[in-house]
Amino acid sequence: MTYDVPVAPGERAELEESVEGGAEGWPMWEVFVRARRGISHVHIGSLHAPDARTALQNARDVYTRRGEGISVWVVPSTEIHAFEPEAAAAYVEANEKVYRLATTYDIPDEVGQM
Amino acid sequence: MSDQILSGAPQGTPVVDLDPPLRTLLSHADDNMVLAQRLGEWISRAPELEIDIALGNIALDHLGVARSLYTHAGELEGAERTENDFAMRRTEREFLNLLLVEQPNGDFAQTIVRQVFFDVYQGVLWGDLAGSEDETLAGIAARAGKETAYHHEFSTSWLVRLGDGTEESHFRSQRAVDALWRFTAELAAPYPDNWRAAIDDLLARAGLMAPEDPYQRSGGREGYHTEHLGFLLAEMQWMDRTYPGMEW
Amino acid sequence: MTPEENFQAIVDDESKIEPTDWMPEGYRKTLVRQIAQHAHSEIIGMQPEGNWITRAPTLHRKAILMAKVQDEAGHGLYLYSAAETLGVRRDDLQELLHQGKHKYSSIFNYPTLSWADMGTIGWLVDGAAITNQVMLTRCSYGPYARAMVRICKEESFHQRQGYELLIKLCQGGPEQKAMAQDALDRWWWPSLMMFGPNDSDSDHSEQSMAWKIKRVSNDDLRQQFVDMTVPQAAYLGLTIPDPELRWNPERGHHDFGEIDWEEFWRVVKGNGPMSRERIEHKTRAWEEGRWVREAASAHAAKGAGRAA
Repeated sequence: MTYDVPVAPGERAELEESVEGGAEGWPMWEVFVRARRGISHVHIGSLHAPDARTALQNARDVYTRRGEGISVWVVPSTEIHAFEPEAAAAYVEANEKVYRLATTYDIPDEVGQM
Repeated sequence: MSDQILSGAPQGTPVVDLDPPLRTLLSHADDNMVLAQRLGEWISRAPELEIDIALGNIALDHLGVARSLYTHAGELEGAERTENDFAMRRTEREFLNLLLVEQPNGDFAQTIVRQVFFDVYQGVLWGDLAGSEDETLAGIAARAGKETAYHHEFSTSWLVRLGDGTEESHFRSQRAVDALWRFTAELAAPYPDNWRAAIDDLLARAGLMAPEDPYQRSGGREGYHTEHLGFLLAEMQWMDRTYPGMEW
Repeated sequence: MTPEENFQAIVDDESKIEPTDWMPEGYRKTLVRQIAQHAHSEIIGMQPEGNWITRAPTLHRKAILMAKVQDEAGHGLYLYSAAETLGVRRDDLQELLHQGKHKYSSIFNYPTLSWADMGTIGWLVDGAAITNQVMLTRCSYGPYARAMVRICKEESFHQRQGYELLIKLCQGGPEQKAMAQDALDRWWWPSLMMFGPNDSDSDHSEQSMAWKIKRVSNDDLRQQFVDMTVPQAAYLGLTIPDPELRWNPERGHHDFGEIDWEEFWRVVKGNGPMSRERIEHKTRAWEEGRWVREAASAHAAKGAGRAA
């Protein structure tokens, strides 16, 4: 496979992933793009930038190639909050509260669309 | 700027005698061509991946404008010269670009300062030319104006980051301003007050100063260049001159 | 189900593993290395092609080449982003590249000596990359697969423009055709080497297949590439530099000669013709740009300080 560069006989595979004393680089930003009117923003990738203005400029260059009419949001990656995987159990409760779902109510046809 | 020491074109016959409209088109085309060539040298050498992509995009924009202007110049001239005839087969003395754009990239600060000076100038230029009676030129100017706005945002925001960043970036930025200042009178000649006011404001925001040195050099618009253009053209034109008349 | 069983069930089901899922440490480490090396390959790959931007023979070709190399930078960026979802930092990955601890596709250790190399790289190198990349869109790791989908969309123009460049040369003057043949002579075997060692010599293949990181074997990919490329060379009127290359009707595939495995391993170990230059170029750009990155960070910190 092209990118799984093989380990030569006599070499050990380098599994090191971080570098000691590495300087703090530019922080990471998540990029959201709304490609055209009528649809929502979609997460499209990430990039590194020192500040929000650079992040926006970079996102425009990298992810939209400066297409017109496209809306770009950037958010510091540290500002994305998510449930921990184990807390997926928290979602189960919502499924039990069936009275919230419109489909469980029978509305007579004569009343019209609801 | 009134007490400038101006070193300009020597006396003598110009190499090329062109009609003013053609001369204008080629001047702006050459500006963008030479700068595109310089920015292309940054590809794979930029300080960060995102910057590499941005500089490459800016280079492509300048190249696109150059190509449109060369093509239109060919149509206007009516001698069937193509964009490649203009870019690859004219000599140094026939190129009409500003001296500023042929200056080497230097470090990133020098590239940014060169870009800021040029973007402020082109910002005014395209606004002017968008009202041209030449409809094709007006169309090119309208598109180029939008692109220059992007470039301007990039270059001016970097000028501020570098001027007001670290001691080293401040030192390099000031050095770049000092080194390139002598090419700005030629650049700003059509809009001296406009250009100077905008630049003074930007320099102040970046914590930088315009040098007091009155020395200015010009001559690019008459085909009298610095020693840099010869080398740039030698590289750019080599393939076409080595394999004349072939299609690629 | 144990987490391990749950993980393998997702993989077997052709579903995607996402960043917050449990995954075996070996899976994660293999992916970090592979995605990072893929990203490094895109970035280093900018150099051999970037070499001809200032010398492109026409403005049209210059524009195409600039756009192609910018695409590669963008691809590197998407891939580093995918790698970072696995808990590593891009700067660290680059440092590992600079130190020679991470590798990149060996093909980029060969020099681009003529304009025809631009066409040949597009045709052969991007052609080989595409056979690999389509497979990777089906990789089990979500962020990597998604990056590959985006990359594949942009990649198809690269191969076409390379081949079209060669058509022009082969239909041009004798000097141009000779230039194209010379380029093919130099790039053919390195392109075959892109697919790695024979499967029988490949240590980690089985595990990568089980994890659906690798979807097709090295030998199968290489065969696919040869079969696809032979008629393309014939159309150009160029001769592939392999006297043993011939169609085998029983197999339904082309037979081809043996790769020079000594050269292969020599280049993998870092002694390719341009290996040193590629890393020096990359490292120098990084070192010389340090003050720029620091200035931007310092300025941002000042802004944050003022706002506070």
